[in-house]
Amino acid sequence: MPGTSTALDETPLILVLLRRADDALVLGHRLSEWCGHAPTLEEDLALANIALDQIGLARALYTEVGTLTDHDEDQLAYLRTDRQYRNCLLVEQPNGDFAHTMVRQFFYSAFVDPFWRASCTSCNPAVAAIAAKAEKESAYHLRHAAEWLIRLGGGTPESHRRAAAALDALWPFTNELFEIDSAETALIADGIIPDPPAIRPTWDSGIDRVLARATLARPTDCWMHSGGRRGLHSEHLGYLLAEMQSLHRTYPGAKW
Amino acid sequence: MVNTVDESLRQRALAAASGVVDPEIPTLSIAELGILRGVAVHDGAVEVTITPTYSGCPAMNMIALDIELALARSGIDQARVRTVLSPAWTTDWLTDGARAKLAASGIAPPPHATSRRALFNAPTLVCPLCGSADTEQISEFGSTACKSLHRCRACREPFDAFKCL
Repeated sequence: MPGTSTALDETPLILVLLRRADDALVLGHRLSEWCGHAPTLEEDLALANIALDQIGLARALYTEVGTLTDHDEDQLAYLRTDRQYRNCLLVEQPNGDFAHTMVRQFFYSAFVDPFWRASCTSCNPAVAAIAAKAEKESAYHLRHAAEWLIRLGGGTPESHRRAAAALDALWPFTNELFEIDSAETALIADGIIPDPPAIRPTWDSGIDRVLARATLARPTDCWMHSGGRRGLHSEHLGYLLAEMQSLHRTYPGAKW
Repeated sequence: MVNTVDESLRQRALAAASGVVDPEIPTLSIAELGILRGVAVHDGAVEVTITPTYSGCPAMNMIALDIELALARSGIDQARVRTVLSPAWTTDWLTDGARAKLAASGIAPPPHATSRRALFNAPTLVCPLCGSADTEQISEFGSTACKSLHRCRACREPFDAFKCL
């Protein structure tokens, strides 16, 4: 009978792959919550498309983790608890209004787009292969979020107010994107992943350029949330996982 | 030295797999789209290699199933379908014939270029229905992961375009 939990020996490579995979899966799930609820039909399609890209990326990463740990992607996605999830806190934040969803996507895509581009030259062939696909798709996601932010900022007083509120609410979650620990440091030194702090100037200038066009102010730096990479999450992730995992946990090994 | 039995099996499998069409764009075969990357024979068993256009493309499972069915219909039971990510799929792999077929079925083919990096200013596409260049983009995300949505200002018709990746 299939197990009801997944235990992993997290080597640095496994940990780093899981962080990227969990980011993509959790954000993909959040975006899929918009399906049927987006402001327009075109936007419904766009959000569902981006969700699919994220989940596809997560699957590729879980498959690679699976070959290293002898697990399949379902065991990794459906049978780990919130404390075993390694995603950053930004991606698990609730959708809120459309402005919150777009700001969350913008902050995230502005980081992963240069991150995956730099990962294309990874010494690890699997990482390089996954990065080569991800970087093409993240360019679309970044452009989509940036264009929306410009429209919201320059739209009506109400859309401007909501976009500004979303920027302030999600800003404290951005520093975690650039955090590294000893696991990442080792892989950076070996040329397996790029150095997230080195991506910060690209991120900063991208954020500033788009916010200037959107006539929105860059939030002032403040106390920054952290913990997701170590499995310490906001309460929102528990509800998300409960919904995502309930079917698989109720009917272990269920297949379509 | 090429094993002639294996080579004839490989040719038969290649012909069968090449005939599988994309379930979302049935006007094109997976060979024309560049999704079919290769067919090999190892110890009498066929291995078909495919690559996704987009990583989350929901048609991949169906394409793999269709390949197995096509091979079985050609009498090849010992087969497996393998998905590879590298080298990453690009619209440059679309043959000129495939581009012409796309346009004929009302889908604007992608421009000849690598994926677009610039943040703003989408390239102008020619309307596949009336040929006018006076078109605008409605959304970068269309009915499938690989298409975007456009409108022709001349004939007023909406149309899909294959995204440049």
